[in-house]
Amino acid sequence: MEKSIAENTDVELLLDLYRKMLELREFELKVQELYRSGALPGFVHLYVGEEAVAVGVCAHLTKDDLVYSTHRGHGHALAKGVPGREVMAELYGKATGCSGGRGGSMHMYAPGYGFMGTNGIVGAGIPLAAGSALSAQLRKTGQVVVAFFGDGAVNSGSFHEGLNFAAIWNLPVVYVCENNLYATEMAFQRATKNLSVSSRAAAYCMPGVEVDGSDVTAIYSAASEAVLRARAGEGPTLIECKTYRFLGHHEGDPGTDYRTKEEVESWKQRCPIKTLRERALREKFADQAWFDRTQRETDAWLNDAVAFARSSPDPEPASVFDHV
Amino acid sequence: MNNGTREITYVDAGVEALREEMRRDESIVYIGQGIGPRGGNFRQTKGLWKEFGDHRVRDTGICELGATGLAIGAAMAGSRAIVDEVFLDFVLEAMTQVIQQAANVRYLSNGKIKVPLVIRGAMGSVRNAGAHHAHSFYAWFASTPGLKVAVPSTPYDVKGLMKTALRDDSPVVFIEHKALYNTKGPVPEQEYLIPFGQARVAREGKDVTVVATGRMVQIALDAAEQLEAERISAEVIDPRTVAPLDRKSIAESILKTGRLLVVDEAPATCGFSGEVFAVACEECFDALDAPPQRVCSLHVPNPFSPVLETQMIPTPERVASEIRRLL
Repeated sequence: MEKSIAENTDVELLLDLYRKMLELREFELKVQELYRSGALPGFVHLYVGEEAVAVGVCAHLTKDDLVYSTHRGHGHALAKGVPGREVMAELYGKATGCSGGRGGSMHMYAPGYGFMGTNGIVGAGIPLAAGSALSAQLRKTGQVVVAFFGDGAVNSGSFHEGLNFAAIWNLPVVYVCENNLYATEMAFQRATKNLSVSSRAAAYCMPGVEVDGSDVTAIYSAASEAVLRARAGEGPTLIECKTYRFLGHHEGDPGTDYRTKEEVESWKQRCPIKTLRERALREKFADQAWFDRTQRETDAWLNDAVAFARSSPDPEPASVFDHV
Repeated sequence: MNNGTREITYVDAGVEALREEMRRDESIVYIGQGIGPRGGNFRQTKGLWKEFGDHRVRDTGICELGATGLAIGAAMAGSRAIVDEVFLDFVLEAMTQVIQQAANVRYLSNGKIKVPLVIRGAMGSVRNAGAHHAHSFYAWFASTPGLKVAVPSTPYDVKGLMKTALRDDSPVVFIEHKALYNTKGPVPEQEYLIPFGQARVAREGKDVTVVATGRMVQIALDAAEQLEAERISAEVIDPRTVAPLDRKSIAESILKTGRLLVVDEAPATCGFSGEVFAVACEECFDALDAPPQRVCSLHVPNPFSPVLETQMIPTPERVASEIRRLL
């Protein structure tokens, strides 16, 4: 890579975001492979296609900031800084997983990294995030709390009650809706009258922003503003990211019973990783050698995580009664 | 008495405990509908907003799901939280947060995230309040791993148990009884705590063990008083907490008396009464002189008409009658 370009901070940032998105992508594809081979118990809901959202938002968060995630949360965990080893080991149900194997994909907690759980209940994180933000406000910690949720959560009572509380109490929370157009098999346009999630922010007198979820720089920008507002004590923001999952709702769902192959293909063309790489090559701020090297490093990181998980011990049976 | 015991109401005993703990622990934040300037629908937070202000005593609108979720999230992040459902019935709006989130977080996080939370609400019937405002489903929480459940029946127990609840790092469902708020009893001024899992022998006796909760403790005591004249000696046990349950004290009593009657304002089916039967069968089977019996609310929704509701809910007469049959 040419030295003059390497010293450009914007370029460094873009390449950092790229690397992070690539890690999320490769991780999820590996999980798919492992799951299909029968290595992983339970269910998995994969984040493939949505990487720009987690990465663009979490880039602004410190270790002390908190994230509440969803059933589709491996990407959130990794983007928040939970080590790949701990996420992978958790998926294997091993003692070295971030939840000691007790949670698995949908109940994965890593408070040491501010990761307050993936969640099997749609919308649950919305009021929880407001509550943690309230605690931060009372204890004057300066923390910001982010809650991720999907289009499937926006018609629930939790959404309404959580956002209303955040607004009246001016809480330091950022609400990020990953609108991937489908809640399980239900198309958003069939489930909802008002197709603009971001417009709902007006009902709570909070800023609402709609961003292209395929553009990590757009998400990065919107999140920057929202996180700064929250940290400055100016209250909550609702960010709607228009995104898409390339795979099915859960591994086992082909995702094409309720979506056309053409639709899936058109979103794949806009893949945030692919488009950023193409832009980098086109504008010459990274070369193929950099991408090859980054791919190798990502592969090594991932292989390490899998090897770690595989070789880790199961939880001690007697520990089943701990912490209750 | 030297420890400054005075007669105060059940509701004031709770307020006293709250005030003491909120002074002691600045991280306590209290959320609920009407708990602020109004002092609570039952006066259960009287004076707290005046002392602790808007930051720590937070009035809300009618949104139990959101308020309960907020309290849980605050507890997860380092505060100690109380959420007042006011009428326990209204916790139903928030059950997913209580059962799926609060009860699970500590276990699922492998002990890394604790949830120091009190979920407060009043159960039971008062003034023919009717079906939506009179439930006694405390057993549902007791059968959920991860939750503790307190059901105080006296002012003394309210204060001691509330203080314990506010120092416990687990979620505690603290269930008072609406019809007991204005009852009075001796409460020391000096600080004391009542541990969870410690039953109280409300009345000693030798012929039958009567286990009762909430307002039914007084119903059982009234029946025992009536039966005294007939030379029947009933021992009344008040578990005070249903989770953890003091199985040992209950078993000790049944081993002594050989007979068990449970009095519960909740309907019988799949309720707490069955759990006490299990204690009798598992721990005292050979000592039983008669099958365990129970006097519970009839298996009907709470009817409004006083004629119907009086029929539904256990009375001292029904309890006394059942004890005579047992003996």
